[in-house]
Amino acid sequence: MNVTLAADHGVLTPVEARADAPLAVRGLTVSYGEKPAVFSVDATFEPGAMTAIVGPNGAGKSTLLKAALGIVTPLSGQITCFGQPMSKARARVAYVPQRASVDWDFPTHVIDVVTMGLYRQLGLLGRLKARQVTEAMDCLARVGMDGFADRQIGQLSGGQQQRVFLARALAQKADLYLLDEPFAGVDAATEKAIIAVLHEVKRQGKTVVAVHHDLATVPEYFDRVLMINTNVIAEGTVADAFTEANLHKAYGGRLATAQMRVAG
Amino acid sequence: MLIEALTLQLGYNATLVTIGATLLGLTAGAVGTFLYVGKRALVSDAISHATLPGIGLAFIAMVMLGGDGRALPGLLIGSALSAWVGLLCVSWLTYRTRLTEDAAIGAVLSVFFGAGIVLLTVIQSMRAGRQAGLEDFLLGSTAGMLWNDAVILAVGGAIVLGLVLLLHRPMALVAFDPDYATATGTDVRRTELAMMGLALAITVVGLKVVGLILIVALLIIPAVAARFWSDRVERVVLIAGGIGGVSGYAGAAVSASAPDLPTGPIIVLMAFGIFALSLLFAPDRGVLAVFLRHRRFQARVHVRQGLLALAQGQPIYERLTLRLMRRAGLIRADGVATETGKAQAARALLDERRWEILRADSRHEWAAARYDGLTPLERVLTPDQLVELDRSLRPEGV
Repeated sequence: MNVTLAADHGVLTPVEARADAPLAVRGLTVSYGEKPAVFSVDATFEPGAMTAIVGPNGAGKSTLLKAALGIVTPLSGQITCFGQPMSKARARVAYVPQRASVDWDFPTHVIDVVTMGLYRQLGLLGRLKARQVTEAMDCLARVGMDGFADRQIGQLSGGQQQRVFLARALAQKADLYLLDEPFAGVDAATEKAIIAVLHEVKRQGKTVVAVHHDLATVPEYFDRVLMINTNVIAEGTVADAFTEANLHKAYGGRLATAQMRVAG
Repeated sequence: MLIEALTLQLGYNATLVTIGATLLGLTAGAVGTFLYVGKRALVSDAISHATLPGIGLAFIAMVMLGGDGRALPGLLIGSALSAWVGLLCVSWLTYRTRLTEDAAIGAVLSVFFGAGIVLLTVIQSMRAGRQAGLEDFLLGSTAGMLWNDAVILAVGGAIVLGLVLLLHRPMALVAFDPDYATATGTDVRRTELAMMGLALAITVVGLKVVGLILIVALLIIPAVAARFWSDRVERVVLIAGGIGGVSGYAGAAVSASAPDLPTGPIIVLMAFGIFALSLLFAPDRGVLAVFLRHRRFQARVHVRQGLLALAQGQPIYERLTLRLMRRAGLIRADGVATETGKAQAARALLDERRWEILRADSRHEWAAARYDGLTPLERVLTPDQLVELDRSLRPEGV
């Protein structure tokens, strides 16, 4: 494994990786062109924990998630999901992409988006059973969107769209939830609703990993932190890793002092 | 004549053409929907133009092997192969270079079409090529349509429709949210190639009827028209198939009913006619519906503002407001409020005051989000909640 490699670079203290961790990356490097967005990242996401991936803009947070899922192809590195290659573990993983990544004028209703979470299970031609429709409606209800099932998705507000994406992930009944900036550009009510659902998911013993921008809410929302800026700055519990010194290392001068005070 | 054509009583050839065109329209409409919603409409233009060199090369190859250069199956196989190469070029340029898809399409389309025209010119100069009639593939020609041509259309169309049914979920998912599709294990690139492969197949089997220049219209116009009638992709596919089928059927019948009317262009014009009707008259999304909705909304805004002005004793200057209020019997011709007007003005003011209190109260945050200046609070709160709210209103209100 590349754990030793990373240690040689003095990047981080190697944590003995659990072989069956929900998600583990070793020596992951992803590059757009010839500038690595993510360089030699080692990280292990603990089961049953809620981990925030934080770091400045352009630090490679979203890229790390996308590479883990195979949406972008890494230059090097290993990705394991519950001890297996990602391609074998997809049924256990749910992804909530950034809201801006899709065309909201697409001809589809809210309920149709949620049932996309069942496509894997349905196969190519399997018909949606009444029980599955009820389950999809339950997922909508959990995010407070059950009154919107028959709306075209473009008629929703940004926060509502984000909640529909979360409902789609819930419909997959996954063990690992990967969210890319779930709180970006959403209203306060949506943020509360999403965090409540994620905590509920965590209580069921599932693992949550979210790219997160708002440093002020990290200690309140999350258990663990992976702080990156192209490479790993710190990894660990919020108490251990989310420190002023580490934030300085990750953000340098870009961190507003006001944000620092809240965070520290 | 037209009636006979529409009821398939205009002779063997006309009947074959009509049935063939209907099947072609149906299939092209269904496949085209996925291209359209996935914003890949122009790819079909590259595909269709890329068929031309294949037609030319197939002709030359068949002649050199001593066969009949005009044999349709051979020409179609040639056209499919060169269209596939064109498609791979577009795909490769888009994925592997910095070129965007529109630039890749432009490059591939023009180069392949240019090469095809050169080949046709070469063929013209060959002895076997004088009467090859390969130009028919440019704009389509149904005059000499044979039973075999119709069979190719029927079988090809049926296979393509079957594959659309089989692949509709991954194709819709990839068109809507490719990243999520990848995350759930769908191979995005292969799904896209399959989708474009289906468009290619229908282009090839339809070459003889509408020609390579106009086939793109049959793939795209039905889908665009169908989008006006539904907000769900599966229904858009069905409606687009229906629109394509009707266009093919009516177009072929019309062109058969009068001499010298070209089939392909007439079919395309039929599809355009349905598109124009959809654009104008579709409920909800049509131009007329949108216009009327906007006017009704504007009227509500003006009346509400007028009522609030009345209640607060302010003058109304806007002529549209005055006209709307007069028409609704809220004010008299001289601008003085009627009894109804006074009553409604008082209610509007009360409503506005209630909203003010509600929005200042953090307990009602969720309801406050629904404030738009127009919705009466009775529609947001239950009667009990209203009574509760009115308690804080009374001291200053009376």
